[in-house]
Amino acid sequence: MPGDGGDTSRPLRLNAKVSLRDEAFGALAYHHDTRRLVFLKSRPLVELVRRLEEYGSGFEAINALVRPEEHAIYARALESLSRSEIVCGR
Amino acid sequence: MGAEPALRDRFERGLEAPICLTWELTYACNLACTHCLSSSGRRDPRELSTLEAKALIDEIAAMQVFYINIGGGEPMMRRDFFEIVEHAVERKVGVKFSTNGTRIDTVAARRLASIDYLDIQVSIDGVDAKTSDQIRGEGSYDAAIRAMENLRAANFGPFKISVVMTRQNIEQLDQFEALAREFGAELRLTRLRPSGRGADVWESLHPSLEQNRRLYRWLLERPNVLTGDSFFHLSALGDPLDGLNLCGAGRVVCLIDPVGDVYACPFVIHEQFLAGNVREAGFSDVWRNSELFRSLREPGSGGACTSCGSYDACRGGCMAAKFFTGLEVSDPDPECVFGHGESALAAKVAAVRPSPSPDHSRRVGVVITSKR
Repeated sequence: MPGDGGDTSRPLRLNAKVSLRDEAFGALAYHHDTRRLVFLKSRPLVELVRRLEEYGSGFEAINALVRPEEHAIYARALESLSRSEIVCGR
Repeated sequence: MGAEPALRDRFERGLEAPICLTWELTYACNLACTHCLSSSGRRDPRELSTLEAKALIDEIAAMQVFYINIGGGEPMMRRDFFEIVEHAVERKVGVKFSTNGTRIDTVAARRLASIDYLDIQVSIDGVDAKTSDQIRGEGSYDAAIRAMENLRAANFGPFKISVVMTRQNIEQLDQFEALAREFGAELRLTRLRPSGRGADVWESLHPSLEQNRRLYRWLLERPNVLTGDSFFHLSALGDPLDGLNLCGAGRVVCLIDPVGDVYACPFVIHEQFLAGNVREAGFSDVWRNSELFRSLREPGSGGACTSCGSYDACRGGCMAAKFFTGLEVSDPDPECVFGHGESALAAKVAAVRPSPSPDHSRRVGVVITSKR
């Protein structure tokens, strides 16, 4: 994605240091090293995060799992999760 | 980690499991702080055994509770303290534990430093022995400072210095910040609650309206100072403070006491807020099905606060602070920044304040001994 170091163009996965727990609104993610709590605010975003490893890059995962009109929103969400190290490169 | 309004509403309806929970490991304590939330002192003979404690951790881990706040009493008074902590972190349940520091000698400091996913909060209630010992007892300040020196020498990393804000020590905010910097520590400030023995001292020790306003501005400028969401009632003054800014009782947090009783939050150890016991149906059953917790998750009315323009910011404040000062849940917080709580209290001169139950205070004085 432009301006953000191409975070989502990398092969990504859920960080092993993160506990991800489903909730009615989406999920809560807790990073055990940074001690940060992050909210995943929709079910499709949770599915995207859980299935990142099936795809060659974050970008590909979005293309496969998200409706085209929502690509930009999910790309931003994934970048944000990458910055807070909830997801990381693999 | 601010939560936008829609998300906050979801949180108020409760989560699948607590984000974190407080677990008082023992009622035993070698200090007798005047504001102790759990009226601790003497061990309760019914306290959970090591096996029961480990089984509870297994259940907490299965529910994916992210971390537990271990307190007491003084948790290090339990002989199986390290066994319990290590059992938790091995199962990816982070541990933050509060201690008076008296048991952190050089050996204990080294062992603590070797454990991942462990945060330590050493409590002092003044930046000097005179101010702190008034609350925590003679010798307690020096013992806490020794513990911090031992943690620093053991390269523990950034531990936390935890302070309950009082009318006296709120004047020392900048000095607390300097002390934390000196130790490479993080500063954590929490609200004095009229809970446990705190009920007896709250009136004389809680900060004034003016002091609370100053604290709010001081905290706004320092997002790195931790508060455990303690001062969300001050968010009515303007921009919200860092945190979820809601009453999490029975919704996103709860308390397990040393005998396995589950209460809505650490500040309401009282039969009226008792949800169940982990020895009976297990913790997850209490969390999901207790009538008390279910009722706390129902959308409540703002009561007397509904017509206030700031209700959305402070949500009427802290349930425990209201309860133990004799106010109703529908009343404003006793420390409402607009003074509505003070008026409500004044109107209830004849109100009976509930006394804390149970009381494990010791009946004799305390002598502090700590070794290097």
